[in-house]
Amino acid sequence: MIKVDEKGFYGKFGGAYIPEMLHPNIEELKDNYESIMASKEFQDEFRGLLKDYVGRPTPLYFASRLSEKYGAKIYLKREDLCHTGAHKVNNTIGQIILAKKLGKKRIIAETGAGQHGVATATVCALMGMDCTVYMGEVDIARQHPNVERMKILGAKVVPATSGSKTLKDATNEAMRAWINDPVDTHYIIGSVVGPHPYPEMVARFQSVISEEMKWQLKEKEGRENPDIVIACVGGGSNAAGAFYHYYNTPEVRLVAAEAAGLGISSGKSAATTVLGTPGVLHGSKTILMQTEDGQVVEPHSISAGLDYPGIGPVHAHLFDIGRGEFVAVEDEDAMKSGIELSRLEGIIPAIETAHAIYALNLIEYSKDDVIVINLSGRGDKDLDTYIKWGNY
Amino acid sequence: MSGERCLHRSSDTRHPSSIYMNRIHKLFESKKNRVLSIYFTAGFPALEDTLPIMEAIQAGGADIIEIGVPYSDPIADGPTIQDSNMIALENGISLKKLFNQLAGFREKITLPVVLMGYLNPIMQYGMEAFCKKCQEVGVDGLILPDLPMQQYLDDYKLLFEEYGLVNTFLISPQTSEKRILEIDQHSNGFIYMVSSHGVTGAKTGITEEQITYFKRVQAMKLKNSRLIGFGISDSETFSKASEYSNGAIIGSAFIKTVKNSKNLSEDIQAYIQTVIK
Ligand SMILES: Cc1ncc(COP(=O)(O)O)c(C=O)c1O
Repeated sequence: MIKVDEKGFYGKFGGAYIPEMLHPNIEELKDNYESIMASKEFQDEFRGLLKDYVGRPTPLYFASRLSEKYGAKIYLKREDLCHTGAHKVNNTIGQIILAKKLGKKRIIAETGAGQHGVATATVCALMGMDCTVYMGEVDIARQHPNVERMKILGAKVVPATSGSKTLKDATNEAMRAWINDPVDTHYIIGSVVGPHPYPEMVARFQSVISEEMKWQLKEKEGRENPDIVIACVGGGSNAAGAFYHYYNTPEVRLVAAEAAGLGISSGKSAATTVLGTPGVLHGSKTILMQTEDGQVVEPHSISAGLDYPGIGPVHAHLFDIGRGEFVAVEDEDAMKSGIELSRLEGIIPAIETAHAIYALNLIEYSKDDVIVINLSGRGDKDLDTYIKWGNY
Repeated sequence: MSGERCLHRSSDTRHPSSIYMNRIHKLFESKKNRVLSIYFTAGFPALEDTLPIMEAIQAGGADIIEIGVPYSDPIADGPTIQDSNMIALENGISLKKLFNQLAGFREKITLPVVLMGYLNPIMQYGMEAFCKKCQEVGVDGLILPDLPMQQYLDDYKLLFEEYGLVNTFLISPQTSEKRILEIDQHSNGFIYMVSSHGVTGAKTGITEEQITYFKRVQAMKLKNSRLIGFGISDSETFSKASEYSNGAIIGSAFIKTVKNSKNLSEDIQAYIQTVIK
């Protein structure tokens, strides 16, 4: 069984390795999130907003030209059609309702590509809550439109200037900000990372993805289970959402696409399961990229959302026990797949998502296999990167 | 952490008295007030400064030496200590190198020595190898800010005891009375009282609100000694903190002193003198 235990572990991975200063916050969340989430009041508000505000259910679209090209029955789960353009908002809607129920006044968040920052700024505007987003200086430069979107929505964007100045450092800054201001503040973590209960809580908010996939597949294919689900993994929230209701259905293959950057052995990569080893990062025990002295390595990916040296503990566990198939996709190949999907299906994917598309070239399947690719986000935010890459 | 969740032999057989009487216990037995602990980052400002800094801290008259083990992602630290960590790593410090530097330090240093570090570098070194090495070179205690009490009890308590290492927990103004009592029960040296909400970093002055918190904890009559840290920087804040505890810990302000120093030994001694005068 893939299930978190009462101490927050998935097998060897997880837990809550946090400074004592955050203990009350984490305990408060741990003690309350399940009962709040189970309440009818919460569910009504959450489901209502997912439907009317986010635009759920998102379509499960049969991609006929892509299917023909690759020789399988390929469906795209259209998270790119969510309000704000990616799956990230499923989680921020859930967490902001939770934060309100806990009586919090202020929201902080970290962001890489800016998608989670935008999704957080959006729900803060919706609920009239004060919002501060920490973002690496490097990411501020390469995801500029999202920075402006957050500001338009009324959020304050604070540059993280330490370390590699990307997602890892933005997460450090957000954690420090929480330590500095623990009482009225809720930290909306954007992926299935961080101390327990965040990884499980975020996965549950995102699990609406596979919940819908099941009945949608039933309608279209007459069966709830696909043969393969493919998703990209930065921290792993869209993947956790797409895998969630299939974790314990072994006949469904779970494929996770990591970013290989300029190549596994180039020194500029974010392929955590290939290059990483067990360690503790951002409050949980997981697999992370580090030196033999235990210093966290600065990753690289062309997509800011995958540019993270760790993965969520549940993914470390899926990898560890062989339940997940992990593939590593290079920048160049992801970009090609982004263009390919644009040409074949008229959908320009986020570059993170393009990694999942390319995985079709790396795994085995047969022509009757039903494959669902989680189309985690749209490519609007990445136009600059597409333009710079230029091969289209 | 099941991978490391191994059970260790009872500590009594190998080191009969080590956990009960190391230098930290002796210190607090003989000195109940105005205990000064100085934190510095190993390998900063220069790689080989570790030992000279320790000697100067001792010569200056401090009571405990707290050596920071540099880490790329120190989430409980503010900009001053973050910078010192980055520079130390650029200088090439590692836990291995630090232990090499520490070999034989007991010939010169008699003060209790505590290592303060984040879990990950220690886990990569190997927790048992680390503890063993600590004992071998003469380290007395550990402060691991991202090792919470439960994880400590589940995975490491027996190991630390086996190697005679005193573990120190933090408490903050948010820590509930119940939890403070639990922490007191599981501590056997001193408790690190974080003075206010926040990461490390020299702030100025001590507020009424902080004093209320100091008094509240003082009134609990804990079995362990208490040192107040975060925001202690000079004789005034040191004295104030000492009124409500057994002493204080200075980190960021000390890092600033060594960072700007042209003569480490002189400047460190002079700084400590101004604090404890
Ligand atoms: C479109 C999209 N997909 C994927 C990710 C990666 O995050 P996760 O692995 O948590 O889904 C991001 C992160 O910003 C994203 O914007």
